[in-house]
Amino acid sequence: MNGEEWKAKGKKNTINLAIWTLAWVLSMALVTFGPMFIWEDNKTITWVVVVLNFLLGIGMILSNIRHMNGLDELQKRIQLEAMAVALGMAVVAGLSYTVMDQKDLIEHDADISFLILIIGATYMIGLLFGQKRFK
Amino acid sequence: MKNRLKVLRAEKNYTQADLADLLAVSRQTVNALEKGKFDPSLPLAFRISRLFELPIEQIFEDEE
Repeated sequence: MNGEEWKAKGKKNTINLAIWTLAWVLSMALVTFGPMFIWEDNKTITWVVVVLNFLLGIGMILSNIRHMNGLDELQKRIQLEAMAVALGMAVVAGLSYTVMDQKDLIEHDADISFLILIIGATYMIGLLFGQKRFK
Repeated sequence: MKNRLKVLRAEKNYTQADLADLLAVSRQTVNALEKGKFDPSLPLAFRISRLFELPIEQIFEDEE
């Protein structure tokens, strides 16, 4: 594969990933707010949208794998290190958060969205550090 | 690992972007290789070797 083909494939993979991610986010919004505002708690419709959301999530994961495989070796290393930090932080922060909830150290109940936020932020910070390190 | 990539690239009048295109990697990767911040995999080292028509050991030098 020459440079032009590699770049074109990378661009296509990135656009694909963006489309799958957008579709998944929209379906997540639909499954979250739809039962309240659109179909008034119809369980059948909710089930259909939940399954659709799950399938779109699988598509997004596969698209992310394709995107990763299309990167060059330095880009893969930066991604790998950022994901390692994000995964580690998810385990450490997730368990600390659970303990804080169980021992009533925090006023509210533990919420999965907090963990997702931590993973996302840690991943982004890991990517920024990786990009800076190999600049 | 030390390498002569920057010198070899200059001899051929390639920019980092040219070399990145020829090797099918990003310009960031070429830059990191030249600065010795990143060691290439064996397949990439062979691609570089074929491109400059030199044996790998004349491009890369093990520092150990």
